[in-house]
Amino acid sequence: MTHRIGVVTFPGSLDDRDAQRAIRIAGAEPVALWHADHDLQGVDAIVLPGGFSYGDYLRAGAIAARAPIMTEVISAANAGMPVLGICNGFQMLTEAHLLPGGLIRNEKGNFIRRDQGLIVESTDTAWSNAFTQGQEIVIPLKNGEGGFIASNEELDRLEGEGRVVFRYSGVNPNGSMRDIAGISNAAGNVVGLMPHPEHAVEPGFGPDTADAMRSGTDGLGFFASALTALLAV
Amino acid sequence: MPKSDLLDPQGKAVAGALGRLGHSTITDVRIGKRFELTVEGEVTEQILADVATLADEIFSNQVIEDVTSIRVEEAQA
Repeated sequence: MTHRIGVVTFPGSLDDRDAQRAIRIAGAEPVALWHADHDLQGVDAIVLPGGFSYGDYLRAGAIAARAPIMTEVISAANAGMPVLGICNGFQMLTEAHLLPGGLIRNEKGNFIRRDQGLIVESTDTAWSNAFTQGQEIVIPLKNGEGGFIASNEELDRLEGEGRVVFRYSGVNPNGSMRDIAGISNAAGNVVGLMPHPEHAVEPGFGPDTADAMRSGTDGLGFFASALTALLAV
Repeated sequence: MPKSDLLDPQGKAVAGALGRLGHSTITDVRIGKRFELTVEGEVTEQILADVATLADEIFSNQVIEDVTSIRVEEAQA
């Protein structure tokens, strides 16, 4: 049976089509979901894609986090469905209180776009189980408001509970506290990160590697992880 | 307002520009937001309480921002 993974499109989403493509390449069936619906169309997992939903007005992800479909996304996430928030999607997950902390403007004030090294800190989530602990992966990063912040108490809790899933390697591009690039909820089914796995799934279009230009496909592991998590259910 | 212990890159950039313009007495700039809401008729205690809740839950994100004041003004005719 092919697993169906939904991608929610909001006004101002940019990477919804890329996420759908990544899901297809990973061997699942992508399902387009619409922000104004109250219908998850029976999907098995959900991706909240990158972009600038609602022009990032109010705060990045703040209005999208209160969109009609988020009622269903929040219930599904709380019931254990794998949910991945990428970039703007990560901002939505924090605004929806599915993940702790918040994202603020990059430390240097610039929009950053680079192929970013990440250390996989936890493989105990629905979106990182295909990696090995400590593995370094490279996927594109592109954001203006990617500085992860939380209280010291919250950061200690995240570290203590093994919920820091990805940490920036080499360079901290946006001033994120403790170099945090991505985190999970306590159950490990909800993961949010600023870099973009969906842009590193196909040879010819990914980051450069030692083997060949644009050959990086480290992003595939995220979607492969979700499929493994769904099979285990 | 952005929480005082968090970096405010916008404010920092403006503070830097002020320094270059010779306004050396200004040592720091922080930039926040102001929302102007309009209601029909009297601003009741109930409306003020609702607005205070909205300010905490929607207009601001308590993880990164603080609500510094809520005040009532007569609309200009």
